[in-house]
Formats: sequence, C-alpha cells, structure tokens
Amino acid sequence: MRESIIMKIHYGTALGAVALVAVHILMRMTQNFDQSLQYENVIANYHFLPYALMLEAVLILLSVHGFNGLRVILLELKQGSTYEKMINYGSIAAMAILIAYGSRTILMAGMGIS
Amino acid sequence: MTERLSNREGIKGMANPTRYGIERVAYWLQRLTGLGLLAYLIGHIIETSTIVHGKIAWDKMLEFTQTIQGHLFLTLVIGMCVFHTANGIRVMLGHGGIGVGKPGQPEYPYKASSLNYKQRLCIWVSIGLAALAMMYGASVLFGV
Amino acid sequence: MAVVTAQKPSEELITIGKTSTQSDAITLRIARSNPAEGQETTYAEFKVPVKKWTTVLEAILYVKQNLDHAVAVRYSCRQASCGSCGMKINGKPALACYTKVSEIKSNVITVEPMNNFPIIRDLAVDFKQLTSNHKKIKPFIINEESEVTPESKEFIQTPKDLEKFLQFSYCIKCGLCNSACPTMATDTSFIGPQGLAQAYRYVADNRDKGKEERLKIVDNSHGIWRCHFAGSCSHVCPKGVDPAMAIQLLRGYMLGFQK
Repeated sequence: MRESIIMKIHYGTALGAVALVAVHILMRMTQNFDQSLQYENVIANYHFLPYALMLEAVLILLSVHGFNGLRVILLELKQGSTYEKMINYGSIAAMAILIAYGSRTILMAGMGIS
Repeated sequence: MTERLSNREGIKGMANPTRYGIERVAYWLQRLTGLGLLAYLIGHIIETSTIVHGKIAWDKMLEFTQTIQGHLFLTLVIGMCVFHTANGIRVMLGHGGIGVGKPGQPEYPYKASSLNYKQRLCIWVSIGLAALAMMYGASVLFGV
Repeated sequence: MAVVTAQKPSEELITIGKTSTQSDAITLRIARSNPAEGQETTYAEFKVPVKKWTTVLEAILYVKQNLDHAVAVRYSCRQASCGSCGMKINGKPALACYTKVSEIKSNVITVEPMNNFPIIRDLAVDFKQLTSNHKKIKPFIINEESEVTPESKEFIQTPKDLEKFLQFSYCIKCGLCNSACPTMATDTSFIGPQGLAQAYRYVADNRDKGKEERLKIVDNSHGIWRCHFAGSCSHVCPKGVDPAMAIQLLRGYMLGFQK
C-alpha cells in the first residue's frame, strides 16, 4: 500500500476516534463515575447494541491509529528491508490481535457469556 | 561504528525537546503522549476484558484500579488524550498546508512564516486544554 | 591577501596571551576528529581575540592561520551565499560566516560538525547524501515544450506565479535544515527537509509539468510522510527558505487541500 493511503487512513482513524471516544467518555458522565463502573451498569452498556457497536468501532479506529503511529516511530528509528518488513507486518499483527481480543470482550459481554 | 561515522544525533537528538522552540516541544509531546495512549489502550482493553469472568473478577479489577495511584494515572491519561487530540488536529491541518502561511519574499531577519503565532498559540491552547481537562478529570475521579 | 594576515600572527597571538583576561577575547572550542582513522572526537581550546563584528568563521580562520593550521573547515564566500560553512555552534546548526561572536551570549563558543552528516575531518562534513537526495527529486523544470523554437513564445510568469516558489529557490544547500530535523537524527533513508522543500519549489513552478512524477518520488515510507512539522528546519534556515512550509504545502497536494 502506498504511504499516502496509509497516512490518510491514519488521519481518518484519528478524526473518527476523537468523535467516538468523546461519546464513550460522555457516557461515563451521564451518572456518577463510580456508579457508571458498577458491574451491572457496564454489562447494560454492552447489551445496548448501538453502544456495543460504537465500542467496536472505537476499538478498530484506535488500534489502527495507535499501531500505525508506533510503526511510523519504529520505521524512523532503524532502517533496513528485513527490519521494515518486520515492523510493517508486526504492526498489522498487533492491530489484529488487539482488535480480536477487544472484540471478544464486547461480543461475550454483549451476549451475556461469562 | 556506522552510527559514529554517519554522525547521526540518534534517539537522544530526536527526543531532545530543547533548542528549536515550542514547535519541537509539541513534536516531542505528541510522540510521548501517543506512545502513552497506546500503552493505556492496551491496558484498558485487558482490564475491561475481566468483565467476561463475572462480577467478582470485575470488582477485583476495580479494586486494583480505583486507587489514588490509579486515579492519578487516569488523570494523566486524560491530559495526554486532550493534548494529543488538540495538537494532532493542528498538525493535521498543517500537513494539509492550512495555517502555515503563504510563500513570499523572505526578508531579514528571515522569520519563518510556518512558525507563526497561530501555530504557537494552538500549541499553548493544547497544553492549556490538557491542563484544564486534567483538573476536571481529577475533580471527578477524586469526587471533589 | 590571506597570506598577509597569516604573516602577522605571532604579534597578535602575543597580544592575546597578554590580554586573555579582557572581555574581547573568547575561548573557541573546536571539535577535532578524524573518523576515517578511528580518531575519537576531542575538543581543542583556543583563545581568540574578537571585535564586535567578528564572525565565528573569522574566529576559526584566526585559529587556522595563527594557532593550528590543521583545523579542517569548509568555507568559501564568507557571506551566507555558498552554504559551505554550516556547523553546530554552541549546540545549534548555523552558518559560521553568518553568526557573529557578539550574537552568542557566551565567552565560550563550541563549534562542532553538523549532525546527521558523516564527518570527513574536524568541522568538514560529507554532503553526498544531501546532494543525492536533492537529485532524487529532479531539481529542474520538467517541460517537454521548454525548447525555444522560432515558433515558440516567451513563457510569461506573473509576479504572483513567481511568488509561489521564489522563496524556496533561495536554498543554498547548506544542510542546516537536515542537521536540525528530528527525523534525520535517526532515519538514514529520509529524503530530508532540503530535498522535500526543493520538490515543492519545482511543483509550485507553473512552467513545470513534473508534479505527478515528483509526488510519486516523495510518497514512500521514508519520504514526505516522515515529516511531522516540528519546524526545526525552518528555525535554523539562514535564508528564510522555510522548508517546513514548503513540505506542508507539498503534502497539501497529496491530501487534496492544494490544487
């Protein structure tokens, strides 16, 4: 993939994440902070499909943005084709693992499997 | 050996925020907050995953994170998040050529128009917003 | 003429010796190294008499003429036009001929070779990478119709057209921007602010037809996207070229903000 496309994705995920993370934080503010973290309330959040979908979107956006940012830093630190390939594929793998792990939580908590 | 021959400044030079004005400080903070937020994201996903193990596991996790240190850390995360967002928007617009000034005949003492007051103001506003958000966050977290 | 100055050294040197406590003498610390022979960097200190208008280059040349002939330094025009005497002066990249000793608020001045360039010896650095990166971006007008024929007309460029790129054509290729750039500090494959700014200089020129070609050259994992707008390049540019602005405007084309 061309670097310009990757970086456009980087900017896009940043803007998307800003909007959705704001909603995510505001949801904590709808009630007392401690109360909002009570097990029952959190589970209720996961059961509410639009919110669960939003969490999934936040997870994807932040993972892509975060690991691409890390990829950029690491590419600048050291050069060499083997190293760069390792970083490129490594960051994709890290993104995928984090998204899979987070999705598992959203899915299991949303479906009440625990 | 190669590093010494190429005379690169290396990580030490890249991570040194002094010498080149507030813009370089913003660059350094953007990197630092980005790394911090990625670490937090990973930690947050791991901590929230305890919910699938039931109420006891969740409460145990809360007991671990809802401490003074935990709240202080979260306050820092709020600050990092706000700075990274606000400064990130400035940088993103700058990358599109917005707010970097217009080319013109350079005149002595050759002040760069890309390092203009708007850019500097935005950096200070980002720092200010981060500080305000941290104060608000701390007041919510500590229940002041 | 230079020889004449060199003939009187001892006289002046004696004066320095006698007046070393006076405020118009500075301590010049020169980084000495010869990496090709495995010689580590050492700092040689010299007492140099200065006047209000003495530049750092003049101070170095004083040392070279009177105290240590072996100091290696590259210089030529002495008027910030040739871009030869770039070096680190008290930790910051600057042109030695363009920096007055009186501007530096210190009696001790340390001069070192510019970072991010291989050292040849002492203060002289190798510009191979800078020139090759400069060449990479095709620093010339690409236009098949540029040949003048009896039928061709003069290419008219308005002052407004000229203003779009004129500032960036003042680059003297001194390398200070590359030395200050945080990405250049670690990324050996990065094109660097000098090359990227020059890419914009030609892309913004309405005689040029090589925009797409150049955008392709800079669109790689060590190209324009490794600039993070830290602005250090513009901070040190001695000619007001403002490479940071050029790079952002060039990136504007790629992001669709510039037409």
